[in-house]
Amino acid sequence: MTFANAQATVYNDKVVRQFAIMTVVWGVVGMLVGVFIAAQLAWPDITFGIPWLSYGRLRPLHTNAVIFAFGGTGLIGTSYYVVQRTCQVRLFSDKLAAFTFWGWMAVIVGAVISLPLGYTSSKEYAELEWPIDILITLVWVAYAIVFFGTIGTRKIKHIYVANWFYGGFILAIALLHIVNNAELPVGLMKSYSAYSGVQDAMVQWWYGHNAVGFFLTAGFLGMMYYFIPKQAERPVYSYRLSIVHFWALIFTYMWAGPHHLHYTALPDWAQSVGMVFSLILLAPSWGGMLNGIMTLSGAWHKLRDDPILRFLIVSLSFYGMSTFEGPMMSIKTVNALSHYTDWTIGHVHSGALGWVGLITMGSLYYMIPRLFGRKQMYSTKAIEVHFWIATIGIVIYIAAMWIAGVMQGLMWRAVNADGTLTYTFVESVKATYPFYVLRLMGGLLYLSGMVIMLWNTIKTATSGRAVPVQIPAVVAHA
Amino acid sequence: MDVLYLLVPLSVVLVFFVLGALGWAIWRGQFEDVEREGQRIFEND
Repeated sequence: MTFANAQATVYNDKVVRQFAIMTVVWGVVGMLVGVFIAAQLAWPDITFGIPWLSYGRLRPLHTNAVIFAFGGTGLIGTSYYVVQRTCQVRLFSDKLAAFTFWGWMAVIVGAVISLPLGYTSSKEYAELEWPIDILITLVWVAYAIVFFGTIGTRKIKHIYVANWFYGGFILAIALLHIVNNAELPVGLMKSYSAYSGVQDAMVQWWYGHNAVGFFLTAGFLGMMYYFIPKQAERPVYSYRLSIVHFWALIFTYMWAGPHHLHYTALPDWAQSVGMVFSLILLAPSWGGMLNGIMTLSGAWHKLRDDPILRFLIVSLSFYGMSTFEGPMMSIKTVNALSHYTDWTIGHVHSGALGWVGLITMGSLYYMIPRLFGRKQMYSTKAIEVHFWIATIGIVIYIAAMWIAGVMQGLMWRAVNADGTLTYTFVESVKATYPFYVLRLMGGLLYLSGMVIMLWNTIKTATSGRAVPVQIPAVVAHA
Repeated sequence: MDVLYLLVPLSVVLVFFVLGALGWAIWRGQFEDVEREGQRIFEND
């Protein structure tokens, strides 16, 4: 059977362009909200008690905007770019691909409106209410059809490793989304979770940590395995290792979630299972990280004058750092100190700003000029500036949160000789103030970098021209 | 902890599904000439 897309002579880059531009736009929006709520933590009164701007409503807006709007849009966009080029065939369906774009944008707009209004299912990273959940499901099914349809009609027999990562991400997220959001609607914007109490907590963190594993890790590793070799102009250091990386990661990830529930009502054995699986994950994570970095072996000099490559490689060092820190924090005794403190926030942001953010920016800097018929971005100097501002911002951010977190943990557990607590809770809040201001500065720097990227993207898009890219005629394989 | 009776079997099913995908990939010769495949993304570009 032949499909229409197999006859096409050019790639579908229109939808990729749409996703690429919106990734940058949502990046600015999501990070702006992040900076805003960081300021609220330092100065809680800056919004004069306006309910729509309260921290509790804007925090989920921030997380949804950076993870699903910035990260998700970036993932779908790059996966469409990569799957077409590595399979050498046009996207399976132009109409469905367009639906994934407009549908995904509708989901995000729904979040931007409903979260500040106070509609929430109160499940972390899955706060959106049931009508939006259903729309997400529809978009995701369409995305899966477009992606796997393209794989199914590929002209190259071998499925490139990046596609395995993207594919694993798509399937796992579908499963996680459906199980975690099982809920009973009781009104247009109100529902109750199918699970309650500690059962709900278990499902929530089974979802929550796998979202980290399959959305924020596997998906972006798909980006890593295509854009690093392309930008470095040399193949993956060990293609064999990249395959081992993929299978090892997806076999072991599913049960790391309980480490979010140490010392809770969750059975002890389940907590220990979560800890052990988290520790095991260090191996595939570092294998993949080294594989990506070693791709540069023999071409290290390229780092000197290629800021895009610097984005990609530094993102991997943050990946290595946070995949070491994560397993350490999952150890129960370490967790007893770190849990509920700002150390967790620091850890998350070394992964989010360092790994997810930088790999996405680097990949977009590679992709955007090619989407607009140019050799490179409008300003390479601006990429350079963006790189340094972002990196310095991340370092300030995570260092402030590490110090704040360890300090809070130590203050909370300090006891006097007579067994009473040395510090009241509010004393630890007061002691955190300077670190909240520092964190705000780090976040501001990171946001400024993103604004520079938006300017550079607009300049590149308006000075370039969308040229259809020919699909090469395949010789042997079918 | 009734919910573990959902999550654990689900994970087991998933592992079998992943094993199936791995088996498919091996039997269909996806990994026959792996180092060659890393090179391919630089051709016809």
